[in-house]
Amino acid sequence: MDQILTVIVDGIFYSAWLFVAAVGLTLIYGVMKIVNLTHGSFYALGAYAGASFTGAWIAAGYPPMLSYAVLLGSAIIITLVFAPLIERGILRFMYAKDEVVILLITYALFLILEDVIKLIWGVDPYFVSEPYGLLGSFDVGEMTYPTYNLILVGIAIVSGGGLTLLLQGTRIGKLLRTVIHDPEVSRAMGINVDRFYLVTFTFGSLLAAIGGAYTAPTVSVVPGLGVEVIVLSFAVVVIGGLGSLPGAALGALIVGLVRSATIHYVPSLELFVIYFVMAMVLAFRPRGLFSLAEPRKI
Amino acid sequence: MSPDTHRDRTLPILGAVLLAVIVFGPLLPKWALFLLTIALAKGLVSLGLMLQLRAGLVSFGQALYYCIGGYTAGSLGRFFDISDMLLQMICGAFAAAFVALILGFLLARYRGIFYGLLSMALSMILYGLLAKSESLGSTDGINILPSTVFGIRPAQEWVRYVVIVTGCSVAVLATALVHRYLKTPLGRLAPAIKDNEIRVEYMGASVRRAIHVKYVIAAALSGIGGALAATAVGHIDPDMAYWTTSGEFIFIAILAGTRSVVAPFLGAVIFGIIHTTAFDLSPNTWQMTLGISLLLVIVFLPEGLWSLFGRRKAA
Repeated sequence: MDQILTVIVDGIFYSAWLFVAAVGLTLIYGVMKIVNLTHGSFYALGAYAGASFTGAWIAAGYPPMLSYAVLLGSAIIITLVFAPLIERGILRFMYAKDEVVILLITYALFLILEDVIKLIWGVDPYFVSEPYGLLGSFDVGEMTYPTYNLILVGIAIVSGGGLTLLLQGTRIGKLLRTVIHDPEVSRAMGINVDRFYLVTFTFGSLLAAIGGAYTAPTVSVVPGLGVEVIVLSFAVVVIGGLGSLPGAALGALIVGLVRSATIHYVPSLELFVIYFVMAMVLAFRPRGLFSLAEPRKI
Repeated sequence: MSPDTHRDRTLPILGAVLLAVIVFGPLLPKWALFLLTIALAKGLVSLGLMLQLRAGLVSFGQALYYCIGGYTAGSLGRFFDISDMLLQMICGAFAAAFVALILGFLLARYRGIFYGLLSMALSMILYGLLAKSESLGSTDGINILPSTVFGIRPAQEWVRYVVIVTGCSVAVLATALVHRYLKTPLGRLAPAIKDNEIRVEYMGASVRRAIHVKYVIAAALSGIGGALAATAVGHIDPDMAYWTTSGEFIFIAILAGTRSVVAPFLGAVIFGIIHTTAFDLSPNTWQMTLGISLLLVIVFLPEGLWSLFGRRKAA
């Protein structure tokens, strides 16, 4: 019984992390129809910015309790530097191209950003463990968990819930849904589609950066951090259906729980099982679990 | 004017390349032979990608078959003590083609990004399995036996030369066959599928079958490439199946374009040159160099480098 509880708790923590890392990807795809490989770069940028700013904050002797705000702030700053630059500078000229070509373009941008990160932060690992230890721990059954893990669960709930409210309950959300449905007609109706694209790309990337920033205290931040995040978040959003918010949540839960169960019972299949689930979902419901039928275009 | 009215120089070019490798090989330093062998291996995989690109399909998981080829070569040595590189390449091709034959039933139904994502998931499955399989060395991988050809082990200073001549002969043969295939009705369907597959279906051809065939051929080519790379490097590890490896092949295929079966090899050599020089000059910006080149090619040369030659001819 205790083991099942552990599997579930571990799975939920991992799901929360996956959701935060992946939800921006599904948002960007949903609105802009871009399969965005730079998502992993923003995760890594957020982690680096979080680690270095927070490290400097704590080294300067400022109150460590505020380091959680610094993590958020560094994610916002780094995203505001890079995301608008990429969207306005390069991506907006490519929207007319085929989805697959845009995927290749974001792959090129991903390669470039990988080295930009190395140029800014070098290749040595960064550690900033203070925020992780500061909150103490709590017990579930016989297991002890760091309270810090709850922060990501909180972020996952706030971002998922917030996005749903934004999309369903506000004027902006309504406009955005119009843009998703038909960008050209929206433009004709006077909606500033370009601005929606810019904001969506920036906001989606920000979510990745936040995921990175709040993960930074739990790992050592090294080059290549974003590479694995890309495939993992693809797995998550593809399982739920590209472009679907509830889908991303479901995908994160499935991957998180399946992975934590595998780690506990058959550890050697840990990596295999995630992509196996992804391939199975693609095989039987190629557009994901939360998807509507689409007419074939002639 | 259709491309066919030009004299087709592909076969003479292939012959000339093989001859050049045989004649000038002994003059080149060993490191250059090694780089050329790796370029040859990657060129084969990218040729497979090119077949799919012609039909408008981008596989983000071609590394799956590259890895299968490599691990087939490795397992032959480890479990059966077979070090013959010809046999390794042939078995690599068949193993990859067999897996592709089965997975093809699934993948041939997919288009666009879903084709790319599913192929990526499949290659990551192999990565996940290999990274945890102890009998195959998990993440450390395993070493390959020193290469032999027809049971003869070449002397140490001739190994690189023998490997590239053998590899190049196989690659030239395979490329000539692919060239021939592209002239068959099935091979010619690819651009039509890219244009409008429903019209292709109305003409009475099966798009799914055409894609399935391409997928299997591409896998066989990648299997040969993987086995060749394995024997040249002398070591294999699960990273051969990681999605970034597929990314390299995509880079080469996009750089090369789809106009000629020779183009992927040229692309692979250029990739090798960029990789080596950029890595030498500034190790922290070589990916950036790749990324920028890829962007420039996509934007300014959407047909790939080969269109630089083609345009002159067409004029």
